[in-house]
This record gives sequence, structure tokens and C-alpha cells, in this order.
Amino acid sequence: MSMTMNNRTPTTIDEADIPVWSHKPKTFPKKVKGPIRNLKWAVMAVLLAIYWGVPWFRFDRGPFAPDQAILIDLPGRKAYFLWFEIWPQEVYIVTGLLIVAAIGLFFVTAMLGRVWCGYACPQTVWTDLFMLVERWIEGDRAQRMKLDRAPFSMKKLGKRTAKFAAWAFIGMMTGGAWILYFNDAPTVVPELFTGEAGTAVYATVAFLTFSTFLMAGIARENVCTFMCPYARFQSAMFDQDTMVVSYHPARGEKRGKHKAGESWDGRGHCIDCRQCVDVCPTGIDIRDGLQMSCISCGLCVDACNSIMDKVGLPHGLISYDTERNIELKACGQKPKWNLLRLRTIGYGVVFALAGLGVLYALMARQPMDASVLADRNPLFVRLSNGDLRNGYTLKLLNKTPELHAVEIAAVGLTGAEVTVLGHETEAVPTVELAPDAVAAIRVFVRLPEADWKGSPLDFDFVVTDHGRNLTVSVPTRFEGPAK
Amino acid sequence: MSSEKRKYEVDPVTGSAIHPYSWDGIGELETPPPRWWVLTYLVCFLFAVGWWVAYPAWPYIAGYTKGVLGFSTRADVAEQIAAAKAAQAPYNNKLAQLDYAAIAADPELSTFAMAGGKALFGENCAQCHGSGANGNVGYPNLLDDDWLWGGDYTTLEQTVMHGVRSTNDEATRQSQMPAFGKDGILTREQVDDVVAYVLSLSGTAPADPAAAERGAQVFADNCVACHGDAGVGLREMGGPKLNDAIWLYGGDPKAVAAQVFNPRHGVMPAWAGRLDPLAIKKLVFYVHSLGGGE
Repeated sequence: MSMTMNNRTPTTIDEADIPVWSHKPKTFPKKVKGPIRNLKWAVMAVLLAIYWGVPWFRFDRGPFAPDQAILIDLPGRKAYFLWFEIWPQEVYIVTGLLIVAAIGLFFVTAMLGRVWCGYACPQTVWTDLFMLVERWIEGDRAQRMKLDRAPFSMKKLGKRTAKFAAWAFIGMMTGGAWILYFNDAPTVVPELFTGEAGTAVYATVAFLTFSTFLMAGIARENVCTFMCPYARFQSAMFDQDTMVVSYHPARGEKRGKHKAGESWDGRGHCIDCRQCVDVCPTGIDIRDGLQMSCISCGLCVDACNSIMDKVGLPHGLISYDTERNIELKACGQKPKWNLLRLRTIGYGVVFALAGLGVLYALMARQPMDASVLADRNPLFVRLSNGDLRNGYTLKLLNKTPELHAVEIAAVGLTGAEVTVLGHETEAVPTVELAPDAVAAIRVFVRLPEADWKGSPLDFDFVVTDHGRNLTVSVPTRFEGPAK
Repeated sequence: MSSEKRKYEVDPVTGSAIHPYSWDGIGELETPPPRWWVLTYLVCFLFAVGWWVAYPAWPYIAGYTKGVLGFSTRADVAEQIAAAKAAQAPYNNKLAQLDYAAIAADPELSTFAMAGGKALFGENCAQCHGSGANGNVGYPNLLDDDWLWGGDYTTLEQTVMHGVRSTNDEATRQSQMPAFGKDGILTREQVDDVVAYVLSLSGTAPADPAAAERGAQVFADNCVACHGDAGVGLREMGGPKLNDAIWLYGGDPKAVAAQVFNPRHGVMPAWAGRLDPLAIKKLVFYVHSLGGGE
């Protein structure tokens, strides 16, 4: 009953010996030194400083709004970003920002490959941080492998406990900082410790502590290889001229061990020291060529260059290079850089347009807005002298942290008289708008019988703020009986 | 039922065992799932067992396992209702103390009173007055500026509390229009004449001016006592205004004649006792805000 189609002798296995789960080898990335590693440390420091520092910046918005420079106020349904205040209905601006970010990512990827993954992605930044701590506590690759293989002992327990505790602490700091973007930082931090913070705050911190621990401590490269959708479609942005971390087989092969003083003739420069494999945070062998699991971090470049220094060969057996250049170099030709391509120009143009669009949306944003809901039950009311009256609910949005007064008028409806509930005595109804709030006011429009011709009349409610010289008009219509 | 150990072939490419069954020559690999997957499955299973113990889970004939935590969605709802009531309490206390004018002067409080009034209106009043409060034939429209008994806060409160022609409230509003035609107080011709006159009061040119002229005398003799001179209405008597564009039972000659000949009378229940004073206050405030408040 064999279905194997090849001619190799089939081996067999007992049913009881089929494993319940698979045994994928663990990765133990080795420490590496070099310019790329230093760049990665610097990027990590900057990004972590931004993450932990930003909520502490203050920005004075007056007495009616929070003075945190960047704050997402979920209960208040508002987001504050320096001078800008985003209301829920303006989420399109955030959507626009996400589109800009996505196209920016495509642009960078088409140019430089997956540098986002290798340098800036939170998964990479936090995994790097966790690995650093791990190295401090458990030692480098060889010591960690030894410890992993070692049977249970108090020493192993101590090291593991210390490592997990340190990870949990970083996870807690990560989750703890996340909530600062949603709460006033100087208020919520003491509250966290005195037990006064809300359930949602504690739940968020707990969840993010757990997920940070899990993702950066346990899952690590598996997130990039198996979970991240970006890894799956990044190849769509690649072409012959995209920078990727590349091994140069023409120079490296045929690989083999090399003893000091031996000739390099008739063999490649790769001495098969496996340093590039040992330092790889995703546990791959870059010499197999460009592959999906490569996050383009370039640590193998550093590792290989340091070996090249030792054996007295030039750098660059593994380097950031394009597929085209690898081929050109293989043929002994000069490398060619082709940065301006239809793909990069296209992404660049779309990036610029989307960015301008978001900027325009932010600049053109009105600090006041209005919407109208005409009564539909009933459409109109007949008054005792035969006049007609329509009712409207006018919603006035004051998107600034200041108090403002506005006048309400109906424009384009001859003979109409406007009254606002609660302001019946005012000749021109003037309504106070509370800071950062929506006011819903009832407006009655009365039309003399003689002015009603039997078909609906379109008109505008005009809301005027004389203080700021600001006008918003909303179209609506006046209904009455057919004549 | 064979008890001998089954041997599986191993796929040389993947190293996985091959399941011994074949489907049209296509085999299936016994690739083991990742360890975390298997462990997650086990954890979920244990979690489910824990859940059964902690929370309501298994039904039996009459009832169900309650769980050791004593969780109940019904108790949750009761708690949320209590919390909402507690949150409303400060507003309600203020509402109870203030008079209507003071409530109207406070935007936050009037929004609260109107929201409560609207809900109460939908539950108790909309059946007759319509969900938009625009009434129907025989049921007064509460949006317009015409009131049978008056549209200020005090009068509205009186009407809501004691009703109109309510059978179980001594203080209810009473008015009764005689059946002028049915009881033979007026002849058919007199009824037609007075109808012509009444319609002329609201500016309609009468089809028969002579009839309207005759009707003026009939009106003076029979109707002025309740409807007032020239039909301006008399709120103390609940006598409707006749010189306007609003007709409770219809404004065409036939409908007006029917009302004179054998009048219909609406009944509104007395709400004092059914609704607490605060609810009535909210209702009155809401109705007053609909556009006709005086």
C-alpha cells in the first residue's frame, strides 16, 4: 500500500513512535559586534526613548482640555496631537496617516528591502532588548545552549527565574507605558501603584505584559516567519534592484575550511565558519540565498566581515546588495545602482500625494461643525393662525477647548422666523457652545401661510461665530402640506 | 480489531510518517503539529473544565449548575440598573426641588428632564397623542400653539395629573358640549346656519353668507357661554377656540356639523397615582418644550 513515488528504500516507524508535536530546533543567536550592530543599538535606543518618553511631553491647551502633547482620550472620544484635535468623525485623517505609513513602508522596501523588519519593527526592537537581557543573565550562545541541554539544577532554576523576571519587568514597563498614551501620564502612574487606576488600565497592562513576554521572549522569530502578513507579501515590492542582505556565491564558493597560510586559489572565500548562521536572529543560513525568513537586519554582514578581517580578506562576502549587482559582480562587471525606477518613483509619488492629502485634511479642518436633523414625525405642524412650523435638531460641534457663542439663522427662506428652544425671547438666537462638546439644540422655523406654495423649500441654517469670523452652513428643507 | 503494532512508512522528503490509508493513490502525512499548538489545546481543555466549575454551565431537568462564583447575567443587569438609577439620582433630586422656569434655565438639567420626559411620553402618552405628539382626529396635537385648557407649566401639570373627563378623579377637567341636534335643542337648519357662521370665524368665506348671518344669532344664543365671543374659546370651560386653523374633529362643514349635532368627547386618564410626581414633572417639561409651550 505504499504511495511513495520515489525509489529510495522506505523506512518505517511504529505508530506509537509518531511524535505528538514537532521538534523544531531552537535558535540561540550569538552576540555580534560591528557597525550594523551599532546602528541597530542606536535605532533601538531612539525608538524605545520615543515610546517611553513621548507621553511625558506637556502641551498647554487651556483649562478645558488635557495638557498632554499626545493623548488618545477614549472616554472623551477625542485624540490630541499637539495642535490638532481629532474627533471620531475625523478618523479618516488617522486612516490617511496609516495609508501614508503603508506606502512609505512600500517605498522603503522597494529601495532597501525589509529594513523596517530588521531595524524598526517593535517585534525586532523588543526581541533585541529581550535577547540583550538574556545574554546578560545566561551568557552567549554556547552557554545558553549548554544551559538549555543541562538537567534541572538550582543554578538553572536561578538563571531561568532571573531571566523570566527581567522579561516580565520589561513587559510590565511596556504595558505600563502603553496606557500613558490613553491617560494623563503624571496622574495615572501614581494611581497604578495605589490601586486607584481603572480596571481597563490594569487589564491592559496585564495583557501587554503577557503579550510582550510571549512575543519578544518566547515566540521571537516565529512571529516574523509564521505570523506576520508583511513577510508574506514583501516579495511583491522586491525587484532586481532592491537592496537585500546577500551572500556572494561567486566569491564565496566553493566553501570549505581554511587553515592560516593556505592558498586561496581554486576555492571560495567562505571558510564555512557558520558565524553568519550563529548570529542570525531567525536562525537561517543566508548562504542559501534570499529567503522569506530573512528580516534584513544585517547582523550576518557584521559577523562575516569580522571573520574576513581575521583571515585577511576584503569585506563584503555578505553585504547589503542588489540581485543585479550580485550577478554583475559574478561576471566581473562594475556594480550598477538603479535607485530611480518606475517602482520607486511610483511609490514616491503616491507617498507624496497621500501625505499632502492628509496635510490638507488637517489644515482645512474647521474648528466648528454643524449638522441638522429635520423632524420627520410629524414633518410639519399647522399653527392656529394657519402658519406652518417645522422642527429641527441642530447639532453644533465645538472642536476647540474654548467657549464660543454662535448665532443661528435660516438663510434662503423668505418670511421665516427662527426660534431656538430656551432662547425664545432673542431676536437673533445666540447659543453658547461648551468647549470640546456637541450641543444639540431644538430649532423651530415658522413660515407664514402666504409664503407656502405647496412644495418643499430648500434653505440653509447658517451658524455664525462673530468672534472668530467663522461661518458654517448646513442645507436642509422646509416641509408642508401639498396644495 | 488487530492488536499487532502498526508500522507506518516514513516519507523520505519530509521525514514524516505516512498514514497507511490511501485515497485514490494520494496519501496523507502524519506531520506533527507544533508543540505550542498541542499545549494550547490542552490548556484550553483544562480552562473549559475550570469554567464549568466556576460559571453556570450544565443544564438539568429543572435548573442548571450555578458555578462556584455565583455569576448571573440577571444579577448583572439588576446591578447596572441600580448603578444607572444612582447616577440619575443627583439630577432627579435637583429636578424635584426646582420649579419649571429654573429647570429651563439650566441646559444640563433641561436636557435630562426632556430625555426622561420623552421616554415617559413614549410609554404613556404616544398611544393617543402619537409618537411625535402630533395627535390625531379626536386626540389633541401637542406641538401646535392651540390648547384646550392652556399650555403653561401649571395648567399642563394640572391636566396631566387629573386628566380630562377622567372617571376616577374628582379634580379632573370637565366639559360637556350638549348634543344640539340629537337632543333637539337646535333644528337641522339652525345647525347648518351655525356651522356656516363658525367656519366664517376662521376666515373661510361662507358658501351661503345669509346662513352665516343667521348662524351668528344662533351662536350668540347657544355657544358663546363656552366658546366665547366670536369663538375665541374659553379655557376655564375647556371650550375650544373656533376662530383658528386647528380642528380637533375636522374642519370641513360636515365634520363641524357632526360635532354640533352629536358631539364626541375625548377622555384622558388622570396620571397622578399612576406616575410619580417627578415623572409628571418631566412629562410636563417635555410637552412644554415641543413648540407650543406658553
